[in-house]
Amino acid sequence: MDIARLDLRKMWTPALLLIALALFATLPLYASRYLVILLTSIAMYVVLTGSWAIFSGPTGYISLAPAAFFGLGIYTSAVLGRTSPLPAVILVAGLASFLVALFVGALTLRLKGIYFAMFTFGLVELIKYFLLWYEVEFTGTRGRFVVVVDNTTIYYVMFIILATLLLTAYLIRRSRFGMALQSIGECEEAAAHIGVNVNLLKTVTFAISAIFIGMAGAIMATRWTYVDPYIAFNPLFSFMPVLMAIFGGIGRFGGPILGAVVFAYLEETLITRFPYYYMLLFGIVLIIAVVYLPNGLVGLAQILQKRISERRHAHTGR
Amino acid sequence: MTTVRILEIVIPGLLLGGLYALIAMGLSLQYGVARILNFSHGEFIMLGALTTWTLFTALGVNPFLALAMCGPAAFVIGFFIHRTLYKRLLISSPSPAVFESSSMLASFGLMFVIQNIALLAWGPEIRGYSYLSIPVNLGGALFGANRLVTLGVAIVIGMTFYLFISLTRTGKAIRAAAQDPAAAGLMGVNINSVLALCFGLGAGLASVAGMLISMCYPVHAVMGREYTIIAIIVVVLGGLGSIPGSFIGGFLLGLIGSIVTQIEPGLALVAYYAIFVLLLLIKPTGLMGK
Repeated sequence: MDIARLDLRKMWTPALLLIALALFATLPLYASRYLVILLTSIAMYVVLTGSWAIFSGPTGYISLAPAAFFGLGIYTSAVLGRTSPLPAVILVAGLASFLVALFVGALTLRLKGIYFAMFTFGLVELIKYFLLWYEVEFTGTRGRFVVVVDNTTIYYVMFIILATLLLTAYLIRRSRFGMALQSIGECEEAAAHIGVNVNLLKTVTFAISAIFIGMAGAIMATRWTYVDPYIAFNPLFSFMPVLMAIFGGIGRFGGPILGAVVFAYLEETLITRFPYYYMLLFGIVLIIAVVYLPNGLVGLAQILQKRISERRHAHTGR
Repeated sequence: MTTVRILEIVIPGLLLGGLYALIAMGLSLQYGVARILNFSHGEFIMLGALTTWTLFTALGVNPFLALAMCGPAAFVIGFFIHRTLYKRLLISSPSPAVFESSSMLASFGLMFVIQNIALLAWGPEIRGYSYLSIPVNLGGALFGANRLVTLGVAIVIGMTFYLFISLTRTGKAIRAAAQDPAAAGLMGVNINSVLALCFGLGAGLASVAGMLISMCYPVHAVMGREYTIIAIIVVVLGGLGSIPGSFIGGFLLGLIGSIVTQIEPGLALVAYYAIFVLLLLIKPTGLMGK
C-alpha cells in the first residue's frame, strides 16, 4: 500500500507543476498590478534562495557571496542596459556571474567551513567599496540610472529565470553530479577517495548557482531604476537567502523554496509599515529555526506527519 | 617627510589601532575559545555606545562611570546568552564544525534582534556628544584628548586582560579550553562555565569599546556591522584565537588604515578588505596563528 501511495505522489508532482506553470504564465492577463509586483519579489527571493541551496545545501559550505553576484547583475544592467536589448543584458549578467564565481570558487573553495563564509562575506564588501571609490574617482558619480522596463516583462523574465533554476536544481539533484555533491557534504575526504573530483565539482556548482543570482540582479535593477554600490552590494542579499533556506529546511528540495516564499511574502507586507519589527521577527525566527528546527519547516512537517501516522496506527489497534 | 608629518600619520594609526585591538580581543575570545564567530559582536559595541550617550546626555553621567556600569551589564547579558542559546546548540551539534556553522547563523539572528531593538528604542538618528575634546600638542601635531585617553584605556584593558589570561587560574582554564575543550573538561575544568565566561567577557569588552567609540565618533543604531567586520578582519589578521595576535593585528590594521587614508582616503576600506581577502587565501592562520 505504501508503494502505491508513493507512485501516486510521483504522478502528482509533475501534474501540479504543470498546473502551476500555466497559472503563473497567464497571471498578468487577469491579476492586479500589485499581485504581479508582489509575485516578482517573491520569485526573486526564491531564485536567490534556490540558487544558494544548489551549492550550499548539499555541500554544507555557507556562502555569503550571493550579494556579490546579485550586485554584479545589477551593474551589468546599469552599464549595458541603454545600449543592449534586455535578453542580451540578462545573459551577459548570468555569464559574468558564472565567470566571476568560477574564478572565486577556484581560488577559495579549498578554504574550509567558516573561512569560506568569512571570505565570501569580505568579498562582497571589497567589491562594494572598490566600486564606490572607482565611481567617485573615474565616472564622477555615485549612482547610476537603469533603463526602466514594464512590470509585466520583469515578471515574465523573473519567472523564466525561476523555472530554469528549478529545472536545473532538479536535474542536479537527480544526477550523479548531485550524488557526488551530497557525498562532499557528508565527508569531503571520503568523497575524494572514492574518485570524486572534489575541487572541480565544488567550483562548477558554485559557478552554476551564481548564474541565476546574476540574472535576477540584472532584471531587478530595471525595477529600481536607480542603483549605487550600497544598494547593489547590500549584504542583506547574502544573509536573506541563507536565513530563508535554513528556515525552510536546507536538506530537502522544497525547503529553501518554501522558506523564501514565506519570508518574501512577510517582507512585502510588513517592511513598509513596520520595518524594524519585521527584521526583529526575522532574527527571532532565525534563532528559533537554528536552535529548534535543524531541518526547518519541511523537517517540522515531516515530524508532524510521522506523529499523525503513528497515531493512526495506534487507533487501528496493533 | 618631516617628523610632524610622520607623527600625523603614525599617531592616528595607533589611536585607531587601540580601538581595533580592543574590539578584536573580545571577538577573539568568543571565536578562539567558545568557537562562535559572533556576527552580533558589533551590536554589543553599539549598545555600549548608545547607552553611554544616553547616560551622558540625559543624566549627565560621566562616560567612565558609564563604563563601570555597561561593561558588567554586557558581561551578564553575554554570559546569559551563552548559557541559554549557545549551550543548547553545543549539546545538539554532532561535531565542532556543525557547531561553528550553526552558532554563526544564530549570531546572525542575534544581530538582527539586537539591532532592531536598538532601532526601536533609539531610532536611526546619528548622535554624538562632546567630552574631553581638548586639543593636545604632540611634537607639533594636534590630537583630541579624548582620542588619546581612548588609546590609554584600550592599552590598559588589553594588558590587564593579557595578564588575567596568562597568570590566573581562570585564565589557565580558558587557555586549556581554547586548545581542547573535551580534554579540558576531563581535567576538571567546568567547560560550560568557562565558555560562557569567555562569551560574556567578549560582550563586556565590546561594550567598553563602544563607550570609548562614543567619546570620539558619532554613534547610531546601525553602526554595529561596520565594527563587526573590522573585528573579524583583525582577528583573522592576528590569527584566530590568539589574544596577543588580535592586539598586534589591531594596531597593524590601524596603521595601515592611517597610511592609506593619507595617500587615497577613498581606498582605506578597500585596503582592509583586500588585506583580509589576500590573507585568507595565502595564510588563513594569520600572523600569530598555530
